[in-house]
Amino acid sequence: MKLTDQFPILIIEVPLIAAALMPIIGHWRRKWCMPFATLALSITSMIGYYLMLAVNKSGPISYHVGAWKPPFGIEIYFDHIAAFAFIIALFGLLIVIFSKNYAEHDLEEEKIPIFYTLVMLTLTGMIGFTVTGDLFNLFVFMEILSLSGYALIAISGQMLTAMASFKYLLVGAISSLSVLFGIAFLYSITGTLNMHDMAKMLEVARAPHVASVALTLFVLGFSVKAALFPLHIWLPDAHALAPSPVSAILSGLTVKMGIIGMIRIFFVIYGVHSAINVMPIMEILAWMAAATIVLGAFFAFFQNDIKMMLAYSTISNIGYIVLGLSMAPFDKSKVAYALVGSLVHVFNHAMIKVLLFLCAGAIIYRTGLRKLSDLQGIGKKMPITLAAMSIGVISIVGIPPTCGFTCKWFIALGAMEGGKSLFAALLLFGALFIFAYYIKILNTAYFREPTEAIANVKEVPLSMLIPIVILAAGCLVLGAGTLGYVPIKFIEPAAMALLGR
Amino acid sequence: MQEVVDIRPLLAPAISIICAFLIFWKGENTFLRRFFSLSAAVTKWIIVLSMFPVSLKGIIFTYELLPFAPGISLNLRVDALGMFFSMVSSTLWIITTVYAIGYMEGEHARKRFFAFFALCVSTTVGIAYAGNLFTLFIFYEMLTISTYPLVIHKETPEAMKAGRKYLFYTLTGGAVILFAIVMTFYLAKTTTLSQNGILSIEHGVHTLTLLFALFIAGFGVKAAIMPFHGWLPSAMVAPTPVSALLHAVAVVKAGVFGIIRIVYNVFGVSLMKELGVGPILGWVACITIVCASIMALLQDEFKKRLAYSTVSQLSYIVLGAAILNPLGALGAIVHIVNQAFMKITMFFVAGSIARKTGKKNISEMQGIGYKMPITMATFTVASVGMMGLPATAGFITKWYLLNGALEMKPPQIGFVIVLLLSSFLNASYFLPIVYRAYFVKPLDGDIAVGEAHWTMLVPCIICALYIVALGLFTDLPFVPIQLARVAVEQFFR
Repeated sequence: MKLTDQFPILIIEVPLIAAALMPIIGHWRRKWCMPFATLALSITSMIGYYLMLAVNKSGPISYHVGAWKPPFGIEIYFDHIAAFAFIIALFGLLIVIFSKNYAEHDLEEEKIPIFYTLVMLTLTGMIGFTVTGDLFNLFVFMEILSLSGYALIAISGQMLTAMASFKYLLVGAISSLSVLFGIAFLYSITGTLNMHDMAKMLEVARAPHVASVALTLFVLGFSVKAALFPLHIWLPDAHALAPSPVSAILSGLTVKMGIIGMIRIFFVIYGVHSAINVMPIMEILAWMAAATIVLGAFFAFFQNDIKMMLAYSTISNIGYIVLGLSMAPFDKSKVAYALVGSLVHVFNHAMIKVLLFLCAGAIIYRTGLRKLSDLQGIGKKMPITLAAMSIGVISIVGIPPTCGFTCKWFIALGAMEGGKSLFAALLLFGALFIFAYYIKILNTAYFREPTEAIANVKEVPLSMLIPIVILAAGCLVLGAGTLGYVPIKFIEPAAMALLGR
Repeated sequence: MQEVVDIRPLLAPAISIICAFLIFWKGENTFLRRFFSLSAAVTKWIIVLSMFPVSLKGIIFTYELLPFAPGISLNLRVDALGMFFSMVSSTLWIITTVYAIGYMEGEHARKRFFAFFALCVSTTVGIAYAGNLFTLFIFYEMLTISTYPLVIHKETPEAMKAGRKYLFYTLTGGAVILFAIVMTFYLAKTTTLSQNGILSIEHGVHTLTLLFALFIAGFGVKAAIMPFHGWLPSAMVAPTPVSALLHAVAVVKAGVFGIIRIVYNVFGVSLMKELGVGPILGWVACITIVCASIMALLQDEFKKRLAYSTVSQLSYIVLGAAILNPLGALGAIVHIVNQAFMKITMFFVAGSIARKTGKKNISEMQGIGYKMPITMATFTVASVGMMGLPATAGFITKWYLLNGALEMKPPQIGFVIVLLLSSFLNASYFLPIVYRAYFVKPLDGDIAVGEAHWTMLVPCIICALYIVALGLFTDLPFVPIQLARVAVEQFFR
């Protein structure tokens, strides 16, 4: 037996074990926490990279935990979608590198090991969530990532963050419950928890009502996680008030779990099963997504707090992704442009939003200010951070040649293909609205003279700059043209596989 | 048609991007900043010029960058029209850079200014060389973004407001264009520009008409077709070299260039005739020509008057494209260079006067011709050109446009009347300036004023000479009009 055969389980185990060891290491030498987390995540990323290449070369990998064959044992199913685990590990690594100074600066010393433990746990939860092939396992991992997420938001111990965390906890509990009920319903009619097995059983189960109810519950649960309008209320406070590295994790990666959950439910379990076609669920989602795009952009417009702006833009972007998902064509004559665009944006938005929150974190780290009106002329004081942030801003608006453009192109094309040009128009003009508020950031940063308050501000240390610069370069290089084709080449087969072609 | 794969179409835009980054890096140093700007401008001009003789033979250069998605790639392709546009912009870049060095003396944030200036020209050449609509759009949006810091250079509340307006107009236009491009790709399964158009009548008359309207509305923003022209007069708050660049070279010309591409390379002449949208576009252009001229008459601020004149002149090009016969197309393409040189001269003059005397309104410019005789002489040449008098560049345009309108079936007398009326209107808003400069005695306070610094004077003189040259020598082998003829042959093959 080769070690590489065990990689699908190791990608979960490595960060999990690291999380378990973290308090011990922290008790022994507090300074070693961050290097240890870096090491663990580097290994995880490498494993993820290997698995991603393997999937690209020879298709999905099925790993049987404890050698129990599915449907009796737990299966880890590493397909194209699960390759997002690599992105989680990689961005997690960048965020941890960024956190070094941040944690020392912002947190009390005894909280540092707790911080890294929770970060590792939440990353473990996300990786597990993405790669598992077992529906109950999915729920367990969802709880792991949510609970550690609640704790991370409140870690600074201030009143406001505790409130935000509690709000998230309440809404999150509803989400967890409805997903759990959904699983229970499906289990009751199929008698299995393995996703692929469940898909087969569901076809012969002849219980359309139960299947429909379960589907509704899943959509509800995952919509909360993904912060789809009107279930987004928890997001702005939670994402804006959390420490910046945590905001990056939550906004860039955690909300994507709602999306991945939906993908698993829609395409793997239900597939082309009747329930999706009987209920106008995709239609409803499309309109919810449209409302999310517009309202997210609308509310962001009135924010003065940079992190609040970013939080609302996450809502808006989730709208793009869900809009793309909802227009995935199930009939085989059509090319799945919308689905490709949506999946590409899961990755691109993660990259852009992590970048933007880290930049915001860097600014707050140096200045202690977070109101846009206080940050005049900051671009002259922190040129590299703000240059990176500008790239992020242009990317999130989707102006070519940055990576945000790709998703607009594909989803608009998909809408056209599905005969829904209204959504295409909405998407393209919604992006304009977003620019209307983001231009404020650029104006304030570059075209105003620095104020007294930031007269002595310097560029952030190297450990914070490196992740920022890497991500900014990614936004440019993985944009339209040149290397932009690489993610699409990987994602196209993924979309095809989801549609069973 | 012969096509050659060549790296030069990539090099030409790349040079200015590299230049921009060098200026960002070391631009604090005045000498290095000037050295980078000028050497990049000259290098780019030489590269473009080296393609000129080959392009004149009708050979097309192509260069394929890496693909973006199935069926779509970043693709550069230099046909005669693209070559023509890039010649204009790279030549004027050198002249404007020299002028800007003089004009910007003592201004703040010069590093930023020159870096974004270089980026602008790079994207303009990119637009000229775009081989498909997708590439065109990418450069078009980059142009929008890279001109923004130039428009708001002064950072005053007025400038910021103009900048917001500029972005609002152009980005909305960009979104409309993107929507139209997506629609084109969905219908035609390609966006590659072809000499005879890529769409066909099978896609349905209504759909195609809608698509055409979207494209015109989208590109019409930068081409300042009324009612989408609002950003242009307010953008006058920018420093004069930027106004010159916006109004003569980069932004507005990108808009009309886009319209020409849409008419000839996306729809194609035969489809345009089947749809019957040509005359409609022509009348839209005519309304703009007349209304903008009247607006120009009402302006007292020198640069605002020039701005409305630009709006009017740009629609000549649109009108020429809409006439849909070889003469009209020739008039349209030739006017790209003619209008560029005439208008840039006028802006240079406006800038020189403002720098030297601080005067921005026409009513204050009494006797300025006594103080700055050479500068005002160049302005006079440009005004005469704008009116379309023989022996100037403007005459050539008018001649072809008038003939084109008469050759239409049935002949469009309406277009002819509008063109003649426009000449009259041009005269009535430019000649008073000349009159006031030479025939009214200067005010007593202005005695010490003299000519502007040579870096600002020489560009004016070169442009003025060129306006006359363009009007006199149309049959020499290496003048732009020959290239325009090749372009027209490619469209009407």
